Amino acid sequence: MTATTTSNLVACPGCLARPTQDIEAVLPDAKRALSLPTIHCQACISKVENALLAHVGVRAARVNLTRKRVMIDAAPDVTAPELAALVIAAGFEAHELDPGALSQTQTDAAGRDLLMRLAVAGFAAMNVMLLSIAVWSGATDATRDMFHWISAAITLPVLAFSAQPFFRNAWAALRAGKLNMDVPITLAIALAVITSLWETGLSGEHAYFDAALALTFFLLAGRWLDARARSAARSAAEELTALEVPRALKVIAGSPEEVSVSALVVGDVILVRPGARAPLDGKIIEGTSEVDRSALTGETLPVLRRPGALMSAGEVNLTGPLMLEATAVGTDTSLHQLAALVAVAESGRSRYTSLADRAAKLYAPGVHILSALAFLGWLIWSGDMRVSLNIAAAVLIITCPCALGLAVPAVTTAASGRLFGKGLLIKNATALERLAEVDMVVFDKTGTVTMGTPELINWDSLSDRQKSIAYGLARGSAHPLSKAVVTCAEAAGVAPISGLGRLRENPGYGSEGALSDHRVRLGRPEWIGIDAEDAGLCAALECGPGERTLLYFADRIRPGVTDLVADLRARGIDMALLSGDRSPSVAQMAEALGIETYAADMLPAEKVSYIHDLAQTGRKILMVGDGLNDTGALAAAHVSISPAQALDAARAASDIVLLGQDLSPVADALATARLATKRISENFTIATIYNIIAVPLAVAGLATPLIAALAMSTSSLTVSLNALRIGGRR
Amino acid sequence: MNVLAYLIPISLLLGGLGLVGFIYTLRSRQYEDPEGDARRILSSDWDDKPRSD
Repeated sequence: MTATTTSNLVACPGCLARPTQDIEAVLPDAKRALSLPTIHCQACISKVENALLAHVGVRAARVNLTRKRVMIDAAPDVTAPELAALVIAAGFEAHELDPGALSQTQTDAAGRDLLMRLAVAGFAAMNVMLLSIAVWSGATDATRDMFHWISAAITLPVLAFSAQPFFRNAWAALRAGKLNMDVPITLAIALAVITSLWETGLSGEHAYFDAALALTFFLLAGRWLDARARSAARSAAEELTALEVPRALKVIAGSPEEVSVSALVVGDVILVRPGARAPLDGKIIEGTSEVDRSALTGETLPVLRRPGALMSAGEVNLTGPLMLEATAVGTDTSLHQLAALVAVAESGRSRYTSLADRAAKLYAPGVHILSALAFLGWLIWSGDMRVSLNIAAAVLIITCPCALGLAVPAVTTAASGRLFGKGLLIKNATALERLAEVDMVVFDKTGTVTMGTPELINWDSLSDRQKSIAYGLARGSAHPLSKAVVTCAEAAGVAPISGLGRLRENPGYGSEGALSDHRVRLGRPEWIGIDAEDAGLCAALECGPGERTLLYFADRIRPGVTDLVADLRARGIDMALLSGDRSPSVAQMAEALGIETYAADMLPAEKVSYIHDLAQTGRKILMVGDGLNDTGALAAAHVSISPAQALDAARAASDIVLLGQDLSPVADALATARLATKRISENFTIATIYNIIAVPLAVAGLATPLIAALAMSTSSLTVSLNALRIGGRR
Repeated sequence: MNVLAYLIPISLLLGGLGLVGFIYTLRSRQYEDPEGDARRILSSDWDDKPRSD
């Protein structure tokens, strides 16, 4: 499964990447990382490595095919864009990664630690099981005692090492005055070891060393599966972050120089090129341009900014170059102030208790009471301390949540593996359970149900001459509305008007040119002289004196949204559309999608309180959003999804990240989450049935170590196999 | 049954050898790139002499 999940994971980071400005700059770090989404075989590995090693400044290059990236050790004057160019020349897609954001080592260390404990427990469990089989098949007297002592010699040090995570968790829970799954586990292991040692010392017949080890082994397997699934998702999410290399163009002595954003201080002057995102809050000291604020506010309409105006971090400069004087950097920027909102909203969610914890709450006291009762009952009836303790240990071992420990992680691993294949990264351990409970979906508009790229809607009402003039004017501009005109014209096969001269772009206003001594213009309606106050997203076109017309634009709907909405309606899930955009465009979008509930002009805090109010009435809300203005709402909702194109802060606040453009996998995620929860409760039922059969035997004193071992292994196996059914059904 | 005195230590030793081997592979980070390592063996790049770095 590893192979399939990891190979799908890289499918998108590649198409998301926006190449950073190709500026020759010296960066102090010598480690470079490139993302290579298209490599797939040994020939790719050697081609990439040889291409990189051919460069004189490269000391070492190592491709990791599993993660689809290459780590390069190079001289300090070799830049990552330069190395990426080498790989691209060799015929592969390559994107620069920020090595600082790839902090995979920490999660990897935790996984390796668990794997080590698992291996030691597995080794010991196998050996002790072999010795136990000899005992079960009829070894007696000195042979049995020797086998028991050898088992004890293996078991004690191994448990001391391997079962540490359980001991630590149990201790932490007890200190907090709570009971979790680890408490009965620890108690069962401890009691099994104590009674077995006692029995062995008295040359007794039954010892549970094998059971204690098998228990540790199965439970560690569950923990490890859990850790691995989460580390895979986290690594993919980290890769998305690492693709956004935090660089800025600092103006030093009149010329821009590429520096790391973290090195900037208040008062620095930076250059923000058209198409770039402002890395900090600043005052515009030079340049006029239009600014896209959609990530911060959800407005689709760009805003005109002149010198003296303020620009916030996260806003995208559209038309002309801007010089900013930094007024706030790092954590003081308005972007980071949204993080405070996230922290407040998140505190509400942490109250969620996972299915496993809820089961533990019922289970742990039950197990303890049952075993204590068995102990007391036998003590009163037989008066024999040794027999009673043996029975109590047998009850604890048989009821120990071995299968329960696997019930949840096995299912979540299988389900996240399946969703991984569909382009969904499950970042949070309980996200699937919460997703299964969802009864209402709240969408953000700009960038989530829409692509954030406008589309010309009244193209067909223009004359051929207007079309070709508009195309001619729009061709040279990077403005999103101009790009929409170009897309439309190219699709319709219109030729740009001939004889268009003196073409130039006025940043912040539009493009103009001269056509047979007339001035022709395409740009802001106010600039051209048309009143378009309530027209929504539009531009004006002037084809000659007095010949003015308006071009209307609408945001393009993201693929898969209509399917998703239809699917959700069929399931009877309510939907709502929230946006910081103006009312008419939100209403229009809501109507187009068939969503009855919508709210416009929402500030980030209003979105949070909207979600809170709904949650107060008992609704379980799935929030789907991408903007910085959604981060609070994403954190406040019961569960949240953001597309991979969303900004880092939004992805960090959400539980699930959706790779790819299409939104329809959200419906799959809901279905899989419900299936997973069903499997989890099935697993709980299976485990309970095993207990119902085995517990009376244990209480009656009929349980031998052989029966305990059989019950434990079969229930664990059944539960794992049941979990795997999710991954199998495609 | 005296043969047990030899066989049990031997079996433990062999199992322990396997465990030590596994821990060595884990320590030397041989599970970082399972897919890549499986593929690298097919390439003939360093067949004549091992890579120097």
